[in-house]
Amino acid sequence: MNYSPLVDLHEGVTCKVARIQAGRTATKRLYEMGFNTGARIKVLKNDRGPVIVGLGGHKVALGRGLAAKMLVTKE
Amino acid sequence: MSITIALVGNPNSGKTTLFNALTGSNQHVGNWPGVTVERKEGQVRHGNTVCRVVDLPGAYSLGAFSEDEMVAREFILTGNPDVVINVIDATNVERNLYLTTQLLEMGAKVVIALNMVDEAKEREISIDEKALARRLGVPVIPTVASRRNGLEQLMNAALAVASAPRNGHVRLSYGESIDDKLAKLTNLLKAGRWDYPSGWLALKVMEGDEYVRKIVADEQSMQRSKEFLRLWDEIAANEDYYQLEIVDSRYRFVGEVTQDAVRRPAVAVETATDKLDRILTHKYWGIPIFAAIMFVVFQLTFAIGQDFLGEWMASAVEYIGEFLESLLLTVNAPQWLVDFTGNGIIAGVGAVVEFVPLIVILYLLMGLLEDSGYMARAAYVMDNTMRAVGLQGKTFISMIVGFGCNVPGVMATRTLESKKDRMIAILINPFMSCGAKIPIYLVFIAAFFPAYGGAALFAMYALGIIVAFIMGKIFSKTLFKGEVSHFIMELPPYRMPTLGTVLRSMWDNVSGFLTRAGTTIFAVVSLLWVLAVLPGGVEPYGPESILGQIGLAIAPIFKPAGFGTWQASVGLFSGIAAKEAVVATLGMVYAGVEEGMELVMSIREVFTPLTAVSFMVMTLLYTPCAATLGTIRKETGSGKWALFSALYSFGVAWALAVVVFQVGSLLGFA
Repeated sequence: MNYSPLVDLHEGVTCKVARIQAGRTATKRLYEMGFNTGARIKVLKNDRGPVIVGLGGHKVALGRGLAAKMLVTKE
Repeated sequence: MSITIALVGNPNSGKTTLFNALTGSNQHVGNWPGVTVERKEGQVRHGNTVCRVVDLPGAYSLGAFSEDEMVAREFILTGNPDVVINVIDATNVERNLYLTTQLLEMGAKVVIALNMVDEAKEREISIDEKALARRLGVPVIPTVASRRNGLEQLMNAALAVASAPRNGHVRLSYGESIDDKLAKLTNLLKAGRWDYPSGWLALKVMEGDEYVRKIVADEQSMQRSKEFLRLWDEIAANEDYYQLEIVDSRYRFVGEVTQDAVRRPAVAVETATDKLDRILTHKYWGIPIFAAIMFVVFQLTFAIGQDFLGEWMASAVEYIGEFLESLLLTVNAPQWLVDFTGNGIIAGVGAVVEFVPLIVILYLLMGLLEDSGYMARAAYVMDNTMRAVGLQGKTFISMIVGFGCNVPGVMATRTLESKKDRMIAILINPFMSCGAKIPIYLVFIAAFFPAYGGAALFAMYALGIIVAFIMGKIFSKTLFKGEVSHFIMELPPYRMPTLGTVLRSMWDNVSGFLTRAGTTIFAVVSLLWVLAVLPGGVEPYGPESILGQIGLAIAPIFKPAGFGTWQASVGLFSGIAAKEAVVATLGMVYAGVEEGMELVMSIREVFTPLTAVSFMVMTLLYTPCAATLGTIRKETGSGKWALFSALYSFGVAWALAVVVFQVGSLLGFA
């Protein structure tokens, strides 16, 4: 499997959450907001600011630092 | 008969709208004991039943992540609600059901309000609520809270569940090894005395919940059980695995529940939100658009709140003052009472009341931005800029609120999850030029820079932001190092703001302001008046009065800043009580009038353009008012931080005022 950090993905790419390597609290928070392993997300915006992803029809903005720690597999 | 209903739901699920729709005006706001989280309660009559509705804070989960979550779960477990209404956003059922699974784990009696079904329909999401209800074992009622649809059915279902025995509660499986440990732990925990169900405690221990772990670890009877200690260590060794596995199991359960019951179109329908976001969060246009929106908000606030309604309010206050004075004279009231009423109360409290329209308009506009969903975008576009100075996007929202008044500005920092972010945001908020400082600038601008009014006002705001950024950077490098803060923020879909919600949030803020005007500021103004007329026989507001003496004592401090007069010092001194008092006090000590042209004339005589600038810089930045300091104390839970805020901002203000004056003098300005 090829993991890549979410922050490296281009806009419009769909991927699945594989592993989150942030701190314990942040990791759990992300899990509970729906970023659990296998969750399908779509990169909606990735330019300079936080990365905006679509998750189950909602939009969540993730800081770039955090997006670097979220490993995903491209579909 | 009367019952208690708890309202629970994710942020942005429309929970507050539902609460308002259910309880109407019959509600009150307080605080949960021991924490700063707001406690909202209301009442609604349904048939013969009186329902007390408790609006729990919005939460994604019922863990120990924030005070909000703790408050919510504590109430469900120990507040004995007869039924829990779980508000679910129909456009995002899967994530919202995560919270539902936790409610079921707690054994709560649940009714689901499947809210915003109209929006789900627009996005072509089809939901089989009967299947959901069957699989979850709880009633699922479709609602559109903003249009009051489905409320009748919701209340019927809630009452039915409240009076029925505990509904067949679904058991989740977390996989064999966890289930096994869970059963053992639950059994062992039964020996202890707890305020919570032992099954729930066991689950939370396995999940690594710090709060529950501490409760369990502190229990004496547990310490003595060898079997327990062995199991405890086994669990601790695998905690990361258990934690994530339990979360995953809940999502698996949600997946089973929603299978074929929730269908989305293969290609998501492009919504108006997507179109708007392409512009409002644009790489280059995002910030200019945000700046333009804020510019319009402030222009409207001043045009309507200050120039139009404020003027009207001012003449009303003046009229009431004159009326009271003539009334007191006709009943032959003693002269001191007439003075106290006219110069003390009307001048002081009146000066504050004149700002009520401004604050009403500002909060209405901010409420519109908030309710429409734009505020989250503002935090998003500002995040990069804020990160450069060691802060994050959400901090900027609290700063904007601070432009209106620092008290709600400081309170708005509650949305910041990391302690570091929150402390810094609280400490820099008072640099945001609040509405009460505007009249001070206006007097000095009228005296010296009448041609450059707009630019001068803008410069004051800009200076406040720059100083806040610099101090934020310094704090994040010194006092609050470490603690990386992450930006995680949901961007809710744009919605047409509902009038009720906007009006209510405006009223919550304004009523707080009015309460302060009626209590703190009233007390302060009375005290200032007393200080100004004592000891008996001196000229009121003269240098011999106690107030004058205080001013004389402080004055030397301000000599290097160019305004070392007792009058200026007295003005600043009274401003620590309330910034509104500065102009009123200056008026009394300089001209024997509250404000207006006479004050402007006398200011022109005693200040120079340069000292006017250094005095304005001082008033912009120095010690926050008593109400703000009180809020800082409450929000940080420590008087020390309030004192720190009072002292360091004074230091910053003084240093800058001195720099302005000294450098200005060297450059030949006067």
